[in-house]
Amino acid sequence: MNDELRYLLARTAQGKHSRRDFLGRAGALGMTTAMAGSLLATAARAEGPKKGGTIIAGMQGGESTNTLDPALAASEVPFAVNMTFGEMLLDVSPTNELVPRIAEEYSSSPDAKVWQFKIRQGVEFHNGKTLTADDVIATLQRHTDEKSQSGALGIVQGISEMKAEGDMVTLSLAAANADLPYLLADYHLVIQPNGGVDDPAAGIGAGAYKVAVNEPGVRHGFEKFANYWDDASGHADQVEILVINDTTARVAALQAGQVHMINRVDPKVYKLLKAAPGLQVVNSPGRGHYVFIMHCTAAPFDNNDLRMALKYAINRQEMVDKVLGGLGSIGNDFPINAAYPMFDETIEQREYDPDKAAFHYKASGHDGSPIVLRTATGAFPGAVEAAQLYQQSAAAAGIPLEIVREPDDGYWSNVWNVQPFCASYWGGRPVQDQMYSTAYLSTAEWNDTKFHNEKFDGLLIAARAELDQAKRKQMYSDMAHILRDEGGLILPMFNDFVEAVSDAIGGWETDPNGELMNGRAMTKCWLA
Amino acid sequence: MHPVVKLIAQRLALGLLLLLAVSVLIFAGTEMLPGDVAQAILGQSATETALRNLREEMGLNQPAITRYFQWLGGILQGDLGTALSNKKEIATEIGARLGNTLFLAFWAAAVSVPLAIGLGLLAVRYRNRWPDKLISGVTLATISLPEFVAGYILMYLLTVKFRIFSPISTIYDSMSFGQKLNAIALPVMVLVLVVLAHMMRMTRAAILNVMQSAYIETAELKGLRPLTIIARHAFPNAIAPVVNVVMLNLAYLVVGVVVVEVVFVYPGMGQYLVDHVTKRDVPVVQACGLIFAAVYIGLNIFADVISILANPRLRHPK
Repeated sequence: MNDELRYLLARTAQGKHSRRDFLGRAGALGMTTAMAGSLLATAARAEGPKKGGTIIAGMQGGESTNTLDPALAASEVPFAVNMTFGEMLLDVSPTNELVPRIAEEYSSSPDAKVWQFKIRQGVEFHNGKTLTADDVIATLQRHTDEKSQSGALGIVQGISEMKAEGDMVTLSLAAANADLPYLLADYHLVIQPNGGVDDPAAGIGAGAYKVAVNEPGVRHGFEKFANYWDDASGHADQVEILVINDTTARVAALQAGQVHMINRVDPKVYKLLKAAPGLQVVNSPGRGHYVFIMHCTAAPFDNNDLRMALKYAINRQEMVDKVLGGLGSIGNDFPINAAYPMFDETIEQREYDPDKAAFHYKASGHDGSPIVLRTATGAFPGAVEAAQLYQQSAAAAGIPLEIVREPDDGYWSNVWNVQPFCASYWGGRPVQDQMYSTAYLSTAEWNDTKFHNEKFDGLLIAARAELDQAKRKQMYSDMAHILRDEGGLILPMFNDFVEAVSDAIGGWETDPNGELMNGRAMTKCWLA
Repeated sequence: MHPVVKLIAQRLALGLLLLLAVSVLIFAGTEMLPGDVAQAILGQSATETALRNLREEMGLNQPAITRYFQWLGGILQGDLGTALSNKKEIATEIGARLGNTLFLAFWAAAVSVPLAIGLGLLAVRYRNRWPDKLISGVTLATISLPEFVAGYILMYLLTVKFRIFSPISTIYDSMSFGQKLNAIALPVMVLVLVVLAHMMRMTRAAILNVMQSAYIETAELKGLRPLTIIARHAFPNAIAPVVNVVMLNLAYLVVGVVVVEVVFVYPGMGQYLVDHVTKRDVPVVQACGLIFAAVYIGLNIFADVISILANPRLRHPK
């Protein structure tokens, strides 16, 4: 790079030179716009965060029925709203380490049953009140109450006793759980003044931004909270989320410079958008996955040979290539991938094998009648196409599948968890225990494969109390083997988060925990 | 009493009666849906006790007739109830949304109605010659294009290629009037394209019908310019059918623009209704249904009244 360019680059990154001028000058010096743009982005990152301005995100996943009650967040926009105005006890970093937030320190008893959290002093809520240990207890208690209908009920209901002493919060668990700090980073568990009991939807939190505009399903506006405790985040003066549920409109808004970042880029336009100037398309491998689920208790799926036949009859690579457009990775019939801590990389990958599928199919003694697979366009993006691919690859092994296309409306109440074989999806969870506990423990409410295995349950409970990482990893590996070879889960693919970010944004990093940097993109990024 | 006043009063009374019938239909329709509101609220986690408690609390144990009259009574006092999903007052929520919908519909109508009638007049003036064929061809082409396709094409051309307008039409109170107009430019264009053909063709057909009359020939013979004949003598006598079609299209602009709202992210009634239908938010669905019905009936009464007034035989009875 010549000296003039280097000088210009530094000046531009410091904001002493306009971006347009820089690109023009770089062009004159024989650089393409794309090269110059990426050069500038790197320089801006090196220059560190810049303060001020308004960051706008265009997001899918908001409805006019949304509320500001953090307990009820269930789609992408309320999730991002929680992460913008709220603060949790802890955060999980993109590399799966715990980051202290409201809890400054945490520690546990050797049996992982009693946990202590030291509450940070001098943290202020948006209404001016100082955050205390009592607020933390009240928050957790509210989520424990079934009336709150909290999405985090499953996480907090295992807490048998909560105590606040000075700035210490002590939580006693009914059963050991080595993952508790990870679970408390859940996006529902926003610490609210007095737990939000008085008005759960008041939108008062302790996050970097306070709620300024709340028009559910339309837009959410936030202003920087002047007394926020952490200088390392909250760079822009204002942030805004525009709800843009239409994929094409979202992409157009980014290209026209109306928004700085969008979630859910359609894999179909991935390549086209990549070539567009002024923005970057980023795909981050996540923990979410698309599945076909069989009820292990319902005929004909109560026969493990038939389940194995169906597992061998699916062409995973073809699904990743055609359904995800290559933006994902193949699955191995258990819901864990390398994005999780303590993942065992040595577990053998199951491949498409029509011979083995035919062998198991014969061994199952199935009468040859078509096996009904239910799907819907809303089961996951491309679910109907995926079912058709599955039908073809299974037919090659002599297994007849009959595809029944169900309406989107009511799919999650009438088909999923009700019908014995259907398409579905899962978002990831921060730790293995939570994923398994949510959907594969015999007693789990969302045990959507009706999987009952004593050995598996025993390992899951035992692993919760195991603080020795190596032993714990082995236990998780054993569980993965059991589920892979005996479970009712057919997991062809893990999907990436595909998002697009304008070049005007600095500080972007990929995060496997959730969309848009686990919902923190607006608080962690800045306008370069 | 003047017969026109009597006629209008009759129409209004009939309209109210019709609205009442619609309210019965809406209530009965939502009543017939499988499961009740309590089940809809509790969803998968419904237990028998929780269901019983909630039904008690919401008065769902009372007979349907009692609940219908309570609901109707509330509406007559302007109380549409609270939404189940986010516990907000439906009346205030709908107020803002309806305002937005009417704003969009008004500007779409303000552009499309004069344009359609003007084009219709021109088409008659040059009937069966190239301007007529051009006008018909173009408007029929735009009506044949699905709204979202037209929307995407305009979006691509006018926001991504040439950055003239904003691709997102979200409007809110703090925007100035000019900003709002700029924001809704694209959806207005799409809606104009969609409704233009229907009104234009009707204007053309209605006027052509009148053009066969003897007095038009007289007008021609006394040497009036063709456009003057059409505008002064033919059009006033063709107003009734045109007004009817215009009103139908206006009603469409208010109640039927869900797709355009979604494409351009416009916070109107359609998006609001769809969101609540998927959440089984029955009170909101009922309220929206009733408002849509009222708009439809109201506009049709208006069309009736206009055609009555446009008819001299009714205005000046013997």
